[in-house]
Amino acid sequence: MSFGDGPFQDFKLPLVWIAAASVLVAAVVAAVLLLGDRRETLRDDAYGAVRQGTDTVAKPVGAVISAPLHWGGSASDYVRGYLFAVGDNRRLRAELRRTRQINDQVVRLTDENARLRAVLGLATQPPIPMAAGRSVLDARGPFSRSRLIDVGAERGVKVGHPVMSERGLIGRVTGVTAGASRVLLLSDVASRTPVLIDRTDARAILTGDGGPNPQLAYLRGKDAVKEGDLILTSGDGGVFPRGLPIGTAAKGLDGRWRVRTFAERAGIDFVRVLKFEDFSQLVNAKALEGGQMPPYTGSVTTPAETVRAITPSVQPAATAPRPLAARRTERTKRTAPATKRRGPIPYNTYVRQQRERG
Amino acid sequence: MAFEATRPLDPLHWLIPPMLAALLGAVVFTLPLQLFGLRLPEPVWALAPAFAWAVIRPSVIAPFLVLLMGLFLDLLWGAPQGLWGFSLLVGFGLILGARNVMTGQGFVVLWSWFALMTLVVFTAAYLLTMLDSGVSPDLPGTGLQALPSLLLYPFAHRLIERFEDADVRFK
Repeated sequence: MSFGDGPFQDFKLPLVWIAAASVLVAAVVAAVLLLGDRRETLRDDAYGAVRQGTDTVAKPVGAVISAPLHWGGSASDYVRGYLFAVGDNRRLRAELRRTRQINDQVVRLTDENARLRAVLGLATQPPIPMAAGRSVLDARGPFSRSRLIDVGAERGVKVGHPVMSERGLIGRVTGVTAGASRVLLLSDVASRTPVLIDRTDARAILTGDGGPNPQLAYLRGKDAVKEGDLILTSGDGGVFPRGLPIGTAAKGLDGRWRVRTFAERAGIDFVRVLKFEDFSQLVNAKALEGGQMPPYTGSVTTPAETVRAITPSVQPAATAPRPLAARRTERTKRTAPATKRRGPIPYNTYVRQQRERG
Repeated sequence: MAFEATRPLDPLHWLIPPMLAALLGAVVFTLPLQLFGLRLPEPVWALAPAFAWAVIRPSVIAPFLVLLMGLFLDLLWGAPQGLWGFSLLVGFGLILGARNVMTGQGFVVLWSWFALMTLVVFTAAYLLTMLDSGVSPDLPGTGLQALPSLLLYPFAHRLIERFEDADVRFK
């Protein structure tokens, strides 16, 4: 490649050098984009318009391409169900016998739970609204594991909403656009989920590493977990509701405790997005804002009056100085303000006063 | 034939169609298909054109198309933006620097170089992910993505066979 007419007309640079310079420029651009990416913050503004636009285009393309797969899957399930009907029948009968034994126990426990809640005056957790959808694209590499589902902002889906399959929690929404949402799976390297071990109530952070079984990090306590323990969401931090099933504990080949997620075992096709944002949506905000707070019944003196009350006054030395004890007694009488009881009143007293006032 | 060999390569012939084919392959392999509990592999289709472009001839446009393919993969897979773009460029730069050694080599030797480029690209992506997330990605999972990517070399070889001798200025 030579330069135009002039003193440099015979000057030629090897194209390899110019190509190498292009590689460097492109690498710098990629590095800047990588340093500026904040997808791990899981914030709405961190997702970006480019990603939203890509998801908007990818969703109909993925839906069209995956439609034959879904039809084929349904057809194969129909044929499989016909061929294996006898075996499935026997298995379901055995499962029904086991379930009937548990059913009576569940009814009794539910009734007892409702009576105890009524006695204690506990408010039950209201049902969380949901939006059902289907996954159209699936990224399952070690550096990013996510799904694109066909429900989006038009159904009220927002960033941070948990997403579940029919077996358990699979992840949460990290990007929303009209008609599509990006779900970050629990096994992604950027995924961190507060969990608890059902048997011991021990807490841990479920940390994805790109593999099928995420790790249990920051696990504390002796014998806090053992093989087969049920892992649930803990609700800590208000990220997820408490009690969503995730999987069972297992020891990995590297000696770390990991979780065999229910969703990974069963596959992910139909999903439900729980429109859960944080615990503030579980209370009646209007009742909190409209209600009156109990009045403060402590001292009503102004700050200046308080300062004067506690500052000892200077008296002229016309007479002989009085004994120190007498001066102290007089100062105590002078500085002690004649006020009512300081500090908030007990709750029972406040309730009685409210009733008396009518 | 000799007259055709001296014409410069048209980017619309040797750059754009392979890029589009690689992106289409990436989209197809993100389908949520599961057979008997097994899912489709997820090879990095962009490796094949990136390797072929570096071997065929030096180009000012090719690095930016490699970056574009990487950014597309990041958006499609939900990875951090710039991860695959940077990783592919590292491998592309390696092959571009060593292309003189590869000139005239056979199928097996070129496949070995392709395997080396795959190793370099995945190592870069692994290290960048480790730095970005603070977690070491799953090594078996990384291998399960790298192995199908190695099998893409025949596509790169076909591109090289077709366009390597098209412009004798770089032989």
